[in-house]
Amino acid sequence: MLARLRWTEFGRDPGAAIARARLISTLGPLIALLLASIFFSIRTDRFLTTENLSLITQQVAVVGVLAIGQTLIILTAGVDLSCGAVMAFGTIVMTKLAVTHGVNPFLAIALGIGVCLGFGVLNGLLVTVLRLPPFIVTLGTLNIAFALTHITSNEETIANLPDPVVFFGNTFRFAGTTITYGSVLAVALTLITWFVLTKTVGGRHVYATGNNPDAARLAGVRTRRVLLAVYATAGLLYGIAALVLVGRTGVGDPQAGQSANLDSITAVVVGGTSLFGGRGSVLGTLVGTLIVGIFRNGLQLLGVAAIYQFLITGVLVILAVAVDQLSRRRQA
Amino acid sequence: MSAVAARVPVLEARGLVKHYGVVTALDGADFDLYPGEILALIGDNGAGKSTLIKALSGAIVPDRGEIFLNGTPVHFRNPLEARRNGIETVYQDLALAPALDIAENLFLGRELRRRDIIGIVLRVTDRPRMLREARAHIADLKINVGSMKQSVETLSGGQRQGVAVARAAAFASRVVIMDEPTAALGVRESGMVLDLIREVRARGTPVVLISHNMPQVFEIADRLHVMRLGRRVATITPASHSMTEAVALMTGAASSQGPTKG
Repeated sequence: MLARLRWTEFGRDPGAAIARARLISTLGPLIALLLASIFFSIRTDRFLTTENLSLITQQVAVVGVLAIGQTLIILTAGVDLSCGAVMAFGTIVMTKLAVTHGVNPFLAIALGIGVCLGFGVLNGLLVTVLRLPPFIVTLGTLNIAFALTHITSNEETIANLPDPVVFFGNTFRFAGTTITYGSVLAVALTLITWFVLTKTVGGRHVYATGNNPDAARLAGVRTRRVLLAVYATAGLLYGIAALVLVGRTGVGDPQAGQSANLDSITAVVVGGTSLFGGRGSVLGTLVGTLIVGIFRNGLQLLGVAAIYQFLITGVLVILAVAVDQLSRRRQA
Repeated sequence: MSAVAARVPVLEARGLVKHYGVVTALDGADFDLYPGEILALIGDNGAGKSTLIKALSGAIVPDRGEIFLNGTPVHFRNPLEARRNGIETVYQDLALAPALDIAENLFLGRELRRRDIIGIVLRVTDRPRMLREARAHIADLKINVGSMKQSVETLSGGQRQGVAVARAAAFASRVVIMDEPTAALGVRESGMVLDLIREVRARGTPVVLISHNMPQVFEIADRLHVMRLGRRVATITPASHSMTEAVALMTGAASSQGPTKG
């Protein structure tokens, strides 16, 4: 009986603080999303129109897909700076092959996604085999992909794309709103990733590896294999994002995606996933993507100059990281 | 609970040698663990305790020497192989993933999967069964931690160590090895962990315990394996030697002729 009392007595205090921190990181993004929506609905007439909501879903789809891959990597306490550049290279490969070289469009798509997967595998091998820090590795592959994009495209935008390549830009009507297949794909991929991360053995190993790699390894988790799988999957997702991007813009643009790495990191962090690894949710990332998208869109509607959108995004990301950091410090 | 020399050791090592560059961590170390006992491994810093434990738990491969499990030679190339042979290790403070909950930590690396098609093909975990079995394991050792869905970081140091010990005890069919399980704990929590260790022994699993805390070692151990300069210099019991004599053996101030040596 005495032993029982003692066990509970010790556990109480840190538990409450951590439960509170966890609640903030889960509910915080949703509340922010709600408040931002309410604010912009009141301040502008056009925010809450079906046309505008449709526009937002189209605008966020590309970053939404990228951010899924970014979430996987950040959950392992890594970060991927190369995602936007890799995606841009993927768009050039698929459009250039399909248009300039007359390759079968489906094969061109597969090869475009394939090079992105290849970059993901390269990132993963450099992180796991050479044990280089993800920040440096992806900074390197960012520049490599950027250079390859401009070399292969000759700085030219590739237009006149065949139908299959731009399929995800097609729309359908739902509840009076126009929705692209790209947006549906982004949501579907988020849900699939959520399922894998929360319900499967591999997904739980991603969290364990990110949270405490030593403990995971000693418990029999093949942590290097987990990391490699995460980087490869992220690469695959960047390839899919490339396809969504081509569908949305209708062209292969070598200038595309240059701020997409920071946009995706912002979405992940604003969505409540910890940069220290092992905590967070890809559903939060979807919310984070929407928050960033709604801020951009709403400020635009309010007539705020574009440069202030960067300012607001910067404030958002620092705020999100600060909340994460403070909640961690409290439990230490 | 005194050792019976006629019995076959559960875990035995002969002449283990391990060099790290020019440093000799193990210099022909022997080791014997008998069924149902708590064996404490004592020695000064650098005496080779940790290296010996790592060799026994598969974390390192010795350069020379042999390890026997129930009299059969074994060669562990990694911790997983040792665990498959029923040897579980509780590492000092890197044992658990703080953000994961108790059930997840207990089954980390050997998650239970659903037995239906989605469990086999998609490797979907069987969460209800893991929660149920985790509750049973925790209750088995009389650890009071409330919900199995609590993340480990919400627990006190003693409770965390309780979870780590419960994990080892749940899966160890032969041996539990603990590296300084009370080093980071206060007096009362240390007492709780010592109770847990006795509980593990009572359930029939022998325990190897590394500790620097002499009073604790003398309180709980059935036998003491004394290491010095990479070798076993004596095997004593709390009854046969005093703490002062044990320390003398550790430091080399006394001769290494223990009564039950070998």
